[in-house]
Amino acid sequence: MPELLQFAFSGLTVGAVYALVALGFTLIYNASDVVNFAQGEFVMLGGMATVFLHLAGVPLPMAAALAILITVGVGLALYAFAIDPARGSSAVTIIIITIGASIFLRGVAQVVFDKRFHALPHWFGSDPIRIGGAAILPQSLVVLFGAGLIVALIFLIIDRTLLGRAILATAANRLAARLVGIPVRKIVALSFALSAAIGAVAGILVTPITLTSYDVGTLLALKGFAAAMLGGMGSAVGAVVGGLLLGLAESFGAGLISSKYKDAIAFLIILGVLFVRPQGLFGKRSVERV
Amino acid sequence: MARLLSSRWAIVLGLGLVLAALPFLFPSNYYFRVAAIVNIFALAAVGLNLLMGYAGQVSLGHAGFMGLGAYSVAIGATHFGLHGLAAAGIGAVLSGLVAFLVGRPILRLKGHYLAVATLGFGLLIAMALTNEASWTGGPDGMGVPRLEVFGTRLRGPDTWYYISAGVLLLGVMLALNLIESPTGRAMRAIHDSEIASRVAGIDVASYKLKIFVVSAVYASVAGSLMAFLNGHITPDGTAGFLRSVELVTMVVLGGLGSIIGAIAGAAVLVILPQALTIFHDYEHLMLGLMIMASMILLPRGIVPSLLARLRGGKS
Amino acid sequence: MSISKGFSRRAALLAGAFTVSAGLSPAFAQGEIKLGAVLSVTGPASFLGDPEKRTLEMVVEDVNAKGGILGRKVRLIIYDDAGDPNQARTFATRLLEEDKVTAMIGGSTTGTTMAMIPAFEDAQVPFISLAGAVQIIQPVKKWVFKTPHTDTMACEKIFEDMKKRGTTKIGMISGTDGFGKSMRDECVKVAGKYGIEILHEENYGPRDTDMTPQLTNIKNKAGVQAVINPGFGQGPAIVTRNYKQLGINVPLYQSHGVASKQFIGLAGDAAEGVRLPAAALLVADKLPDSDPQKKVVVEYTKNYTTRTGQPVSTFGGHAYDGFMIWKEAVERAKTDNAAKVRDEIEKTKGYVGTGGVVNMSATDHMGLDLSAFKMLEIRNGDWTIVQ
Repeated sequence: MPELLQFAFSGLTVGAVYALVALGFTLIYNASDVVNFAQGEFVMLGGMATVFLHLAGVPLPMAAALAILITVGVGLALYAFAIDPARGSSAVTIIIITIGASIFLRGVAQVVFDKRFHALPHWFGSDPIRIGGAAILPQSLVVLFGAGLIVALIFLIIDRTLLGRAILATAANRLAARLVGIPVRKIVALSFALSAAIGAVAGILVTPITLTSYDVGTLLALKGFAAAMLGGMGSAVGAVVGGLLLGLAESFGAGLISSKYKDAIAFLIILGVLFVRPQGLFGKRSVERV
Repeated sequence: MARLLSSRWAIVLGLGLVLAALPFLFPSNYYFRVAAIVNIFALAAVGLNLLMGYAGQVSLGHAGFMGLGAYSVAIGATHFGLHGLAAAGIGAVLSGLVAFLVGRPILRLKGHYLAVATLGFGLLIAMALTNEASWTGGPDGMGVPRLEVFGTRLRGPDTWYYISAGVLLLGVMLALNLIESPTGRAMRAIHDSEIASRVAGIDVASYKLKIFVVSAVYASVAGSLMAFLNGHITPDGTAGFLRSVELVTMVVLGGLGSIIGAIAGAAVLVILPQALTIFHDYEHLMLGLMIMASMILLPRGIVPSLLARLRGGKS
Repeated sequence: MSISKGFSRRAALLAGAFTVSAGLSPAFAQGEIKLGAVLSVTGPASFLGDPEKRTLEMVVEDVNAKGGILGRKVRLIIYDDAGDPNQARTFATRLLEEDKVTAMIGGSTTGTTMAMIPAFEDAQVPFISLAGAVQIIQPVKKWVFKTPHTDTMACEKIFEDMKKRGTTKIGMISGTDGFGKSMRDECVKVAGKYGIEILHEENYGPRDTDMTPQLTNIKNKAGVQAVINPGFGQGPAIVTRNYKQLGINVPLYQSHGVASKQFIGLAGDAAEGVRLPAAALLVADKLPDSDPQKKVVVEYTKNYTTRTGQPVSTFGGHAYDGFMIWKEAVERAKTDNAAKVRDEIEKTKGYVGTGGVVNMSATDHMGLDLSAFKMLEIRNGDWTIVQ
């Protein structure tokens, strides 16, 4: 069935992007309980900054590296100037701050960059590879490989380093973490930097396929958030599985059922999963303390 | 002073006086239109605030109910020849019914999971309104016949300002009554701790569902008013995801659990884009900055934080 | 009607004193002609609104540098509705009530235009829309005009070309945004007239990034001889890329919604062989010197590209045409009086613009015919005119 294979390729490519956005959500959420709705803007910044640095004559690899640095800087600034001053506020308050930040970043991007769509060249050419009657772009493999690499790196950091332990401890119990001498605020700042970097890399990897513009972030944040919830908030494995599943649901929905209602199909699946597992696929059941 | 402010009749009276006095300051119909939109969004925000501020449940899909209310009016009049008011009534009942049906399974979810479920629900409504073009006119929307009451066609922003102000006042009155009722006390208990209230014998699920239905009806009526005021509606303009986010922002910006806060939040978010046009290309940048600054400086929302300061306490 | 007229009158007197003392120096404002524009400069339709805004700012600057219209300076007031019809309506009211404009150019999308129409009809101020759908001018509304070709015309132009090539069975993939949906409906409506049968239909969301599943279904549908893609923004560029990725080898027709050099840049090699109906503006340098539009499109192109550093799009061209039609009407009426200018706009005859030659009448508030469209094909990364 070559068309099913084609749908799978499409779903995995789109899903890899959702997975990376969801992973960004998860990292920050774990360290700080904050759902960062400006996560999509990190992806936008990565892509747009690369495009414009490249247009300004910076060689592509250098432009990409600079774009990541810029985005990390923005992530840190977001933490230092908007999230940290509001620490102690309720979760919704901080969510609204991140929504404000996303409007602000889009507003900056439309002035600094422009309001048009942009593309980046494919890394290994745009001639598709044909497998079993279906066609996949080499860049899709780059995206999938890149996403896999990032996920592996995150697991390595969290599992094997002291830093990772500190992040886990902060996630589990902030007060206790502080008591054992973990610099909690630095850890949270680091999670923002890491999330921003992941977002930027995602933007750079996918722009050759998906194109980019100053306002791509909103939809990515929406889909990434949904993917993170499907997987279970706080679970890195969940974020990746949720993202890929969401992508596959959309492409198979579009291919087999109705391309008009494909997003609806994807959300119905999410609703269905949540009714059976209210904490998402890999989420831990939360215990409420009285 | 604080006592006076928190007394519900003082709030209703004060709001009524402000709404009646404002027109004397309005130099043109443009002001009436902006104020009418503030009233309409305030109504939806007051309803959503009951759900978010008192029952502690998030909804990222509330614009879906606004869409139902708006399209009930348009479709009822265009396809079924219904009177506008009847259509608005049917829309409110329909929204309540839909909320009742989806509320039971959805409200079992908590926190962000509830947020994503309501988000999905809102998207489904927006998508249906966009795609079922033979009924709804599709993404470019459809016209709404002018409302006629006793042979008079109601038109003009000034007329709709007074109507929306009246409805808002009524909505605030009902909301305040609800909060002071046993239901309201149960809701606050649920907000503070679900488990504790369950132990205390409160039927948590049914109270949550009740509030969800009530807030859906508020949004629906707001949507119907919007349709009458504009005379043309589109799916994204009434039921879109960004509209839902806007409603939530209004509630939190103004102050969770504060009725006047919801109105203040709506006023700020409607008026701000009008005022920010002086910044031209920097409009969105400024809007984002102001939302952030407001939440950092007044973390509990404009009204509760300012009230706390007035009382001399910490914000 | 209103219970409130008395109220607001008094309020107006009170606050009037306020605004006059606080407002701009009235002596200066007296001589100005106020032109309003509500455009979707940001948001999902910024693709349209941005070039429209740049164009209007540019032409108004030029006109004022040359002494204005009837010796009076033009003051252009632009608001950005971000694609939200509700916001558009508020800004329309603001232009009419606060800024007291005597004409309006804008409404980038059909949705925003339709939302604003009642305000201008009520206020009796001419409104030249820049949006595509035919419902804006049919039925004819006294105060509403538009400059872009209708989507019906785009469909007809495409079907004409298909008929010439013997194509009768096609597939269609359209965006679910207003532009794509409206054109899709018009194409379905007129297909029969050209003996064309639509075998398979697919859709995609306005911000989708991969359309291979939909195109796979079209590819697998036996008998499809060509594919049409009604849509605008980045969607058609991705459809075009996916089309090549899947190796579909029947001709692909795009719409006038992609009519900017930027499309070729975004779609890359995949754009080779794509056909679309578009205004002469896109092929300014390739028009024969005898073409009546040659002069105006070459001048606009030169002006726009040097001033903004961006390639021209037909959307900016629509704004240019709207402004020029209004300007000529004001000059003929010798006043900016709304009613007189409206009458003169309706009498526009033989105006040569970027979109074609405009001949309006009491029953036709657009004034373009099918000859305004050229059939283009993309070859070697550039437009060529298909004869």
